[in-house]
Amino acid sequence: MLSITNLKVNVERKPILTGIAIEVKPGEVHAIMGPNGSGKSTLAQVLAGREQFEVVEGQVRYLDQDLLALKPEERARRGIFLAFQYPVEIPGVSNIYLLKSALNAVRQARGEPELDAMDFLDIVKDKMKLMEMPEEFLYRAVNEGFSGGEKKRNEILQLALLEPRLAILDETDSGLDIDALKVVANGVNSLRSPERSFIVVTHYQRLLDYITPDRVHVLAGGRIVKSGGRELALELEERGYGWIENREGASA
Amino acid sequence: MSPVSDVRLGYLEDFHRLASALPGAGVPWLRERRTEAIERFMEQGFPTLKDEDWKYTDVRPIAARRPSPAAGDVRLDPRAIVPFAWSGHQLVFVDGRYAPALSNPGGLPGGVRLLSLAAAVAEEPQMLEPWLGREAVAARHGFEALNAAFMRDGAVVWIGRGVALEAPIHLLFLASGAPESAVYWRNVITAETGSRATVIETYASPDGAAHLTNAITDVSLEPSASLEHYRLGRESDTAYHIGGTHAHLARDSRYASHAVTLGARLARHELDAVLDAEGAECLLNGFYATRGQQHVDNHTRIEHRAPYGSSREWYKGVLDDRSRAVFSGRIMVHPQAQRTDAEQANHHLLLSREAEADSRPQLEIYANDVKCAHGATTGHLDEDALFYLRSRGLDEMHARGLLVYAFAADVLARMRLAPLRQALEQQLAGRLLAGEAVEGLLT
Repeated sequence: MLSITNLKVNVERKPILTGIAIEVKPGEVHAIMGPNGSGKSTLAQVLAGREQFEVVEGQVRYLDQDLLALKPEERARRGIFLAFQYPVEIPGVSNIYLLKSALNAVRQARGEPELDAMDFLDIVKDKMKLMEMPEEFLYRAVNEGFSGGEKKRNEILQLALLEPRLAILDETDSGLDIDALKVVANGVNSLRSPERSFIVVTHYQRLLDYITPDRVHVLAGGRIVKSGGRELALELEERGYGWIENREGASA
Repeated sequence: MSPVSDVRLGYLEDFHRLASALPGAGVPWLRERRTEAIERFMEQGFPTLKDEDWKYTDVRPIAARRPSPAAGDVRLDPRAIVPFAWSGHQLVFVDGRYAPALSNPGGLPGGVRLLSLAAAVAEEPQMLEPWLGREAVAARHGFEALNAAFMRDGAVVWIGRGVALEAPIHLLFLASGAPESAVYWRNVITAETGSRATVIETYASPDGAAHLTNAITDVSLEPSASLEHYRLGRESDTAYHIGGTHAHLARDSRYASHAVTLGARLARHELDAVLDAEGAECLLNGFYATRGQQHVDNHTRIEHRAPYGSSREWYKGVLDDRSRAVFSGRIMVHPQAQRTDAEQANHHLLLSREAEADSRPQLEIYANDVKCAHGATTGHLDEDALFYLRSRGLDEMHARGLLVYAFAADVLARMRLAPLRQALEQQLAGRLLAGEAVEGLLT
């Protein structure tokens, strides 16, 4: 599904990612953990096509295509979805307009017919139930005045609606209380399937109590310093990132 | 002799040639005012970049053209007005004159009068003396002096005491596109005590028209009157427009101005609101979208002269290509105007590196118990928002158009007249989101 090799990325000429390699197979959930500033969010955004981040080396193959050659919208239409750490507020654009435009753009790319207003409403209302979001959110401006938790739910609502092949969750758990976390995790779990992969970027292990990963990668100083199974997350929780970083420092 | 003086002499010749044919030639006080006005123009000429109030707007392209007042005998295909027409009480003016054949004033309730300025001057000039009788003295610059000297027609709108006029009055000013023509419009709008009305002024011309419009509107609101006043600039990108709106607000009256400029090579609109008695309220809402080499200058003044007044001024501009916008917003709070509540904001969105915006808020506060706030920003499209939309599958053009539309949305949302607001939304969405669905976006 996704194959990242030796990915090096600069942000404002500073090296942030210094050689990443990850292999994600269909249906897998990969967790990327790491301390603040380790490059987790940069990786998530580079995969979604953030143009301000400069790829200086390496390759990303996605469904046998050169992902890095595609514009952000082309990636979205081919099934990549990034749930933002900080969803952007867009006053003046209603949520329903964005949701419908996005869904129709993706459907068009999949060769499916555009949805009319009624069919779209049926589908979106169904997904909103899953995310425990009242209908009025459709008619409010995109993320404007939403609480932190509401913004994150709105991200997962978009995810549920667009049904991507590869979903990247960038610190979706940050700022969520336990109830909201469960709703979000429930939403994600309901979307798990043998064809759909997830990359879950998180600072804490908490989210992984609800979304069980197949692989856990620890990112520090711009590269993956340790990979393992789900138990690695628990170990990190117990011993903190200092353990990894110190070990890394000692071995370097 | 300097070239400028030649230009002035040209106008003087025009005046001598045309004065006897201008409305009110037989009304002694009006003839005197016109003569005073042309004399005043001969003294002061056109404003230059050295005038503080005209620092960013170079009017030499207008002055050098020495346009003569339009003859006003051009015939216009009635279909030409269709794109600009509104339902309601509509008066159409073409090339300097009222066009009754194209107009449809409809049935007006008792107490409302709607007629052309030329007709009013001919039939009952004394009705207009309070406005036209003093203007030559008050003319602030050469363009206003020329307007006072050459004004030929316009609308007189009179809303009688306590009348609530439901349908809007639409004043449509068209230039047929005769080259090098200049038209001088003067409108007088009065809302008597406790009345309520909506007036739309539209200035329009076909593509390629290179005329000059010089238009002044006097607005008087008597106590507790309320006016929604729309001013739409939809002239060709090669036209010149110098406009002025002078509003006088009596006790507890409410004036809402919505000034939208989409056209003209160079457009300047001066808007004065004088809150002359307690409890007066004004909203100055403005939007402009420029491209190519357009230059739009909004020059506004709000004077708080009495206590408990409130003013809200929100102007937004979207600038593309090499266009330029100037905003001056002066708010004066006189010593006696305690408990004034004034807010002003001016925001510019630049879509190209060559576009340029100048924003000059000026607050002069001489009272000590007031609330005044102002803010101005100039920026480019938000890259985070752009990436967010694109990451949802919207292509770049769509995402950009949507963000520009969103920037303008709150200005449009303040317009109470739903059909007009919706039409502007459609027009803007059509321009920004060509080919994309707009369902769910527009109100």
